[in-house]
Amino acid sequence: MHELSIVASIVDSVTESLESYPGARVEEVRLRVGALASVVVESLEFCWGIATDGTPLAGARLLVKTVPVVMHCAACDGDVELDGVQSFRCPRCNAPCSDLRQGRELEIEAIEIEEADQIEESTAVSKQNGVRR
Amino acid sequence: MTTRIVELRKGILKKNDELAAGLRSRYGAAGVLVLNLVSSPGTGKTAFLERTLRDLRTKGIRVAALVGDLETDNDARRLAASGAPVRQINTHGICHLDAEMIDRHLAGWEGVELAGLDYLFIENVGNLVCPSSYDLGERIRVALLSVTEGEDKPLKYPTLFNSADAAVITKMDIAEPCGFDRDLAVHNINEIRPGIRIFETSSKTGAGMEEWLAYLGEQRRALENNDSAPPAELVL
Repeated sequence: MHELSIVASIVDSVTESLESYPGARVEEVRLRVGALASVVVESLEFCWGIATDGTPLAGARLLVKTVPVVMHCAACDGDVELDGVQSFRCPRCNAPCSDLRQGRELEIEAIEIEEADQIEESTAVSKQNGVRR
Repeated sequence: MTTRIVELRKGILKKNDELAAGLRSRYGAAGVLVLNLVSSPGTGKTAFLERTLRDLRTKGIRVAALVGDLETDNDARRLAASGAPVRQINTHGICHLDAEMIDRHLAGWEGVELAGLDYLFIENVGNLVCPSSYDLGERIRVALLSVTEGEDKPLKYPTLFNSADAAVITKMDIAEPCGFDRDLAVHNINEIRPGIRIFETSSKTGAGMEEWLAYLGEQRRALENNDSAPPAELVL
């Protein structure tokens, strides 16, 4: 439901990071989204094209890596990965777990960019070959 | 053609998280306990809050409320009848409150100083999905569930219930005609958030309010004593 706001935040954040790479074009944006992040990946993808249009991210691919929930099990004294989000019990010993260690991530892991001089070069080559990029 | 990978490792909601952290330290410095109430539309957040504000004010406790809604100020008017200062936040279609909205509405709130309050309640927009992503700097997040909604609500909305510090079951006065299975609801809440404090209440009859108010008192004292945020009481 709030995926459009999420994509708008991604656009702002990446645009800010691009200031260090003047003229660069974004090829791909890689996200890490926790299983408990309240974000529906399909909705993100649906909003992606619309929300990036007319921004420096236009045409960029979106790659989403889902991060599973990891809890600390006090009984086993170790971190355990949950299969889903329907039961917060240790998959090894079945004890209830309340200490969340991973699963709420909502972050931009990395971006793949093509830098300015490279764009000029490849544009020049394309022109020579008469190929429209 | 060569490309370059730039590692960013940036939180998408970093701006909200930073603002919320700022709010949290302001609340702490002012000594006000802030609670964020979240539920579906129609659970009875406003009725529960009305009752809470009234009961606390009767004891001479200083309370105020910020109330989020898509459009109307009906809830703010209802809550203001308790005599407590209440301010409406209209989100105009946005499905959740964020830290910036809270910051902005605290700023221009005539006659209300955080340091002059014991409790500040934030009634979020009725929605069980989006509010869970937005930290408002609250110390306690309360998830509410009514007996008319079905016992499996916590399983359907695990992200919200898992991020809550306390759960309130509302409308217990009509539990029986609704065929509400109380044990199953409590079991499901515990599956998603083991050890969470659960209050079974009725805003109409006042059932369960005493325990709820006692909990608020405990949490306020914990804040004064600078204890860390309330841990879920884990029963193994």
